[in-house]
Amino acid sequence: MNAIIVSALLGVVMMFSGILLKNKSSLKYIAIGGLLVLLIANLFQTYGVYTIVVNSHDLLRFQKFGLFFNSIAITATMIYVILSGKDIENVGNYPAEYFALIFFVLCGVSILCGFNSLLMLFLGIEILSIPLYILTGADKRNLKSNEASLKYFLMGAFTAGIMLMGIALIYGATGSFGITSPVFINTPTPGSAPKASFLEIAGVLLLFVAMCFKVSAAPFHFWTPDVYDGAPSVFTSFMATVVKAAGFFAFIRLMEGQSAILGPTWKILLSFVIIATLLIGNITAVFQQSVKRMLAYSSIAQAGFMLFALYSFNDVAKEGILLYASAYSLATIGIFAVLIKLKDYTLDGFNGLAKTEPVLALTATICLLSLSGIPLTAGFFAKYYMLASVVKTGSGLWLVIVAVLFAAVSVYYYFRVIQAMYFREGVSETTEITSGFKTGLIFVAALIVLIGVLPSLLLNYFYF
Amino acid sequence: MIPLLLILIPLLSGLAVFLLKDSPSTKSLALVSSLATLVLSLMAVFTKGALTYDAAWLPGLGSRFSLLQDGMSKMLSLLTAISFPVVFAATYKNVYQRSSAFYGLMLLTQAGLLGVFLASDALLFYFFWELALIPVYFLCSIWGGEKRIAVTFKFFVYTFIGSLLMLVGLLYVYAQTADHSFAMQSFYHANLPGHAQGAVFALFFIAFAIKMPIFPFHTWQPDAYEQSPTAVTMILSGVMVKMGIFAVIRWLLPMVPQAVHGHSMFVVILSVTGMIYASLIAIRQDDIKRLIAYSSIAHIGLMCAAIFVQNQIGLEGVMIQMFNHGINVIGLWIVADVIEQQLGTRKYSELGGLALKAPVLAILFVIMALANVALPLTNAFVGEFLMFNGLFQFNGWVAAIAGISIILAAVYTLNMIQKIFYGNMVEKTLVAVEVSGNVQWVLSILVIVVLVMGVYPQPMIELTKDTVSAIFANR
Repeated sequence: MNAIIVSALLGVVMMFSGILLKNKSSLKYIAIGGLLVLLIANLFQTYGVYTIVVNSHDLLRFQKFGLFFNSIAITATMIYVILSGKDIENVGNYPAEYFALIFFVLCGVSILCGFNSLLMLFLGIEILSIPLYILTGADKRNLKSNEASLKYFLMGAFTAGIMLMGIALIYGATGSFGITSPVFINTPTPGSAPKASFLEIAGVLLLFVAMCFKVSAAPFHFWTPDVYDGAPSVFTSFMATVVKAAGFFAFIRLMEGQSAILGPTWKILLSFVIIATLLIGNITAVFQQSVKRMLAYSSIAQAGFMLFALYSFNDVAKEGILLYASAYSLATIGIFAVLIKLKDYTLDGFNGLAKTEPVLALTATICLLSLSGIPLTAGFFAKYYMLASVVKTGSGLWLVIVAVLFAAVSVYYYFRVIQAMYFREGVSETTEITSGFKTGLIFVAALIVLIGVLPSLLLNYFYF
Repeated sequence: MIPLLLILIPLLSGLAVFLLKDSPSTKSLALVSSLATLVLSLMAVFTKGALTYDAAWLPGLGSRFSLLQDGMSKMLSLLTAISFPVVFAATYKNVYQRSSAFYGLMLLTQAGLLGVFLASDALLFYFFWELALIPVYFLCSIWGGEKRIAVTFKFFVYTFIGSLLMLVGLLYVYAQTADHSFAMQSFYHANLPGHAQGAVFALFFIAFAIKMPIFPFHTWQPDAYEQSPTAVTMILSGVMVKMGIFAVIRWLLPMVPQAVHGHSMFVVILSVTGMIYASLIAIRQDDIKRLIAYSSIAHIGLMCAAIFVQNQIGLEGVMIQMFNHGINVIGLWIVADVIEQQLGTRKYSELGGLALKAPVLAILFVIMALANVALPLTNAFVGEFLMFNGLFQFNGWVAAIAGISIILAAVYTLNMIQKIFYGNMVEKTLVAVEVSGNVQWVLSILVIVVLVMGVYPQPMIELTKDTVSAIFANR
């Protein structure tokens, strides 16, 4: 509850600070301070220090898992603002509003971390999405940005319709919005196979489709490359990390109870989606010339791995999704922060970066190694937990082998960037790079390696 | 404590060298660090009994930072520890751009290799397995030959696919262990059912076979050896290929004994095919580096076959040969590097009569080359004799076919010696001079090892006896 209220308030504060403050560059620091307050507020609730009491009539139910995830999302946003705050200010004429919108997105994330009712799910998703439509179009003199924004909005609105239809059908069948209400699970006697009406199954499937769209799982991924490519790079970074991870969290929370309705069909359906996602994401990424677009496809490919958490739904998967969200967010924020500084987003733009900016090249390399899941980086344990969760269920070893082969494919396109930076001749042009930015990048890289060696540092807080 | 230090010294000095500014002192620092590792590994060899180290690492996953240095690990860490100073000393005159990065990555590779040989926890083993690969990828891609980027990437992707399959295998066995632990003993006692053993065998064996490499997974190897900077090639062929052989003995044999038994004929036939195939190709080569690469495939094939015949004598031979092959092949690479640096070519059709210009080099090289053919009195003879003996006990026909490779080895090696060092002096050889002092020293040391081990191999057999008998005691 704390995070929802504080983030909404901070959003309003950011809006007004744009009017009251003449100095543009202080906005970034206000935002960082705000995020710190938000993080502390959320931690207060996590560890039961102080919680704002609001009777939500069981529409929201906060658990440690969700609150912890929220902390990760807020921390990732903080790192993102610290690294790329300056670039957010430079996107357009309304920097205060951009920061305000980011806080509203976090408000949506906070709702998704605690929803217990389909209505709250819908609200959370919408609060999360609407600011993103605006941020995507923030570079308003750029035609591509406009196009991306419109495309995103239309597709998003369409999905909202599908989601509402699903919610309506489920309500019609069960008379409840609650995702954990006993009516909903519909098990006649504990332990027996759940029985569900046609309406309910149709409703759950529609919800599934809508969530697949939000996390850009194939075959509902078509918007992703265009939107990620068209949006200003700073906001792509945010969309691809915090927002996507939050979508996954909601997906897991929603389907944990509901997937039982589909019975064994659930795993077949999900296997199809996982393989399609891995296939399309990885294979298409191989052929991209623009690194930004490659990262868009890579985010689809990474979503394929995160979907494993929905396949297994066990403790390992829960720990795994926390780790995956952190590892993937850190690495993607890092690599985007470097990308934004380059003048040319194609692979050739990276040529010779190791000579001109060795620190940027080294940190980008660590981020890319993490994305490809090489040991000693956080990305390895992220993938490890996902695979381990499936192996633990005792079935689906074939799915793990398929995933692993696609992980090998992913090495191809991530390493092409490394090859460009280190082994190819060229003079990579960058905008001005401050030493503070470099320090931030080194911090991110160190964090990736630290989690890669001792993932328990992160996970221990979960068990506190 | 010694096992931990063996990993920490190269790791920390590697990181330190990596961060230093380029200067001639990085070279000396790397050499000093590698000598310190050598002293430590010698201390380990002369300590009786297995050395262990154990610390908590990932309690949630059931993985510990545990190291075990038994006979086989002592032998292989000694080989690793000898190789690096030898390589540094032999290539001391080579000038590298960004030398601090070069030597830093080399030392990190050493840390990874030693970790692989010492780890007694499956997840830790996997970590070091990858840690040894990443620096090599950068070493070859930055300082390699013309086609380095594509060739190294092929090498990387091959081994990475193998590693990932191994990871799936690890996860599967881990899920089957009684106490959900990655500890070596838990893996040994996982008691997998028959059909599962087959799958696990396949997942692990592909990874190890790519690393060795075994026919038909060998195609990355000749290109990678040819394109890598010579210092790295020495490590690749001298030490890194032993990772695959070591892993088979350490992990595969005790973990899935039934599957190993069931697939033994299949693997032996693959290995012997590879031996003959590689030897035939070696005869047709005109490039010293490629010849050594193919002859290396043949030797590794014999070692792999001798493991899978599953008798004690064969395994003893493998133990000795792992060490000796490392020494011999590094010696050959040093000479190849000297010739290339001096004369600018590796093709022996363009060379001839070098013995007149560089008699010392010729003598030392001929001894190394004869060891490569496994002539009696050289170190390789003992190992090959034991391995062929094991192979013969397994199946006479297979041993006979594999025996052809000895003749073929003599053909290509003697042909190379003759063309490079004897015959008419050609224009290119006229400018040749005798090799420098440090290379003579390094080669002499290697030659002494070759001869001593050839005459008196008993200490090496004694050293690795505990590993061999432990494997056969478990059956």
